[in-house]
Amino acid sequence: MRPFLVGQFGNASSIHQEGQLARSAVEQARGRVALLLGCRPSEVVFTSGGTESDNLAVFGSVKSGDYVISSSVEHHAVLHAVERLVDRGVEVTVLPVDGEGVVSAEDVRRALRPNTRLVSVMMANNETGVLQPVEAIGRITREAGVRFHVDAVQAAGKVAIDVEAIGCDLLSISGHKMHGPQGTGALFVRRRTRLEPLFAGGAHERQRRAGTENVAGIVGLGKAAECAMEGLRGGAVERVRELRDRLETGLREFASGVNGGRTARVPNTSNVWFASLDGEALVIGLDLKGLAVSSGAACSSGASEPSHVLRAMGLPIERARASLRFSLHRQTTVEEIDRAIELVATQVVRLRELSAVPQ
Amino acid sequence: MTIAVAMSGGVDSSTVAAMLKAEGQELVGLTMQLWNQRRLADKDGMPEQVQGRCCSIDDVYDARRVAETLGIPYYVVNHQERFERDVIRPFVDEYLAGRTPIPCSLCNNHLKFDQLLLTARQIGAEQIATGHYARNEYDPVRGRWILKRPADASKDQTYFLFGLTQEQLSRSLFPLGGFTKPEVRELAHQYGLALANKADSQEICFIPGGDYKRFIDAYLEEQGESVPDTAGELISVGGQSRGKHEGVHNFTVGQRKGLGLASPTPLYVISIDHDRKQVTVGAEQELMRESLRARRLNWISIAGLHGEMRAQVKIRHRHEPAWATLRMNDEDEVEVRFDEPVRAVTPGQAAVFYGGDEVIGGGWIV
Repeated sequence: MRPFLVGQFGNASSIHQEGQLARSAVEQARGRVALLLGCRPSEVVFTSGGTESDNLAVFGSVKSGDYVISSSVEHHAVLHAVERLVDRGVEVTVLPVDGEGVVSAEDVRRALRPNTRLVSVMMANNETGVLQPVEAIGRITREAGVRFHVDAVQAAGKVAIDVEAIGCDLLSISGHKMHGPQGTGALFVRRRTRLEPLFAGGAHERQRRAGTENVAGIVGLGKAAECAMEGLRGGAVERVRELRDRLETGLREFASGVNGGRTARVPNTSNVWFASLDGEALVIGLDLKGLAVSSGAACSSGASEPSHVLRAMGLPIERARASLRFSLHRQTTVEEIDRAIELVATQVVRLRELSAVPQ
Repeated sequence: MTIAVAMSGGVDSSTVAAMLKAEGQELVGLTMQLWNQRRLADKDGMPEQVQGRCCSIDDVYDARRVAETLGIPYYVVNHQERFERDVIRPFVDEYLAGRTPIPCSLCNNHLKFDQLLLTARQIGAEQIATGHYARNEYDPVRGRWILKRPADASKDQTYFLFGLTQEQLSRSLFPLGGFTKPEVRELAHQYGLALANKADSQEICFIPGGDYKRFIDAYLEEQGESVPDTAGELISVGGQSRGKHEGVHNFTVGQRKGLGLASPTPLYVISIDHDRKQVTVGAEQELMRESLRARRLNWISIAGLHGEMRAQVKIRHRHEPAWATLRMNDEDEVEVRFDEPVRAVTPGQAAVFYGGDEVIGGGWIV
């Protein structure tokens, strides 16, 4: 990334050699992202992140009179986009999930209508890590000739992604969710998929995303994709899963359960429930000790709101509020996990003592 | 020992943070997210520009900037549900019952010195510091925490703090108690706080514009409830009908404006009878009362009242305390007999008892 931040400022769309250098770097990155997703380089559209990728997929596909199917555990980038469609004369079905947070492929089939334009279901949930049956849904949408978008932001780099195996037409990823730079992302757009661009402007990205390329960011995203591929080939999935299991085993004594823990998940995410505790206080207390975890979603002021994902799983609001998300990555160590267990244990004991005081 | 500073994004609490930081204290800044102004923004008659103070994004931004400047950890905590349950709902219900509530006291009792203090302790801070103008000292002779009026009598906030328990007081710091407001602004300048000249907040934080009637209508509409029909009669002290009114929640004892009555002499709301939906109006001298009763008492400088006691009693925030004799009617009701009649005793407001600078205790006027 560095050369493109400190000296090489060529515009990738320019004719001159500086520009050609940038173009070459962008195309190299495109190739790396294509390898990660199992698609052609020409099917990769660079964006400003997962949110833009999701928005492009949704708004670029749908027009008034269409019908869209999505799920209640989608990231807000999809959920709020889909909600906005309702105002534009689009009919929307938001499918429920089971107690583990899984969407039923059969529900998708049953929800199909003749005018179904788009099915959008995520690959892995960002709060619980729960994997959705995207391949089964892909078979259904293919059979029905319906466009299928997969938000794979939380899955990319954590598990193998193959757009052919999934059978999707659109798939979103984000750079910062796989050690890449923030503000970068990509959308896989299957060949011959018509997509209305979000922005009016130049002919960048095969007329799908106007605007001068964020060359440094794209290069970073490409590198992150390459590293993710290496990690996946080198057994990162198993290693991270072992660490996650170590964390969950270590917390078993203090925790009350793992949300979505009884179904397949990406290996790096763990959503742990601590009965009768205030998740927000737990998050802050742990942060002050140097452990960054999260709870629910942040509202505009920075306070946390109870997770819509956990609520959609049918969990009571108290449980949603008493749940924390732990995220691991390829470089997480055993020592870090053990230290985290220790910190959480101390904090949970402290909170339980204080909560015993009647309000 | 870590101290949590309740930061509203205003000059006072920001200066508290700066003062304690300069003393070398270990701090964590907390702002409570209490109310989402946008919730009622689309309702009839609500001001378009909803920019309340303790709940607005701008104030959170200011508080965060102060924390960054001082280099202290800072967090926004979401206590919206508790606020709605313990402040908003009672506020609405009190008005509908014909009383005049004090949301700031409820917020102090239930949010700042209960929920926020609990959050502070949960994250490892044993004390909480706020920008209230009040003093708080431990008296080893009496073995009690004593709440006192501040140096700046014009900013005295002890009236809103009478509900604090000994446990809460023992964990509360009011570093501004010894300063006047101009001194605090000067300190804010000295500490280099960018918001040193920020305007004071005046109104109820969740009612931008101050129109509480519209707020109640909008809130009930949002809740899918209809405003209960409390329309009824305006009557004179003698019981004669003087006209109609549209609901008891539109009135406060002592109110003169908005009665919709023509009269050669000024008319005031004398009392509100919720059950009969009657609002009694009369001349100013009818507002004078020799006594009041208060319930849900909290005692600060004494453990409890036995027999009689002399005290100065404040019956609303902007009220010069009046001498009175206190006597218990029963376990949780005190009778306050004033030496000289006081004007507009208002149910729903607090009666706070002072002995010189000390807050003896207080209760809610019934």
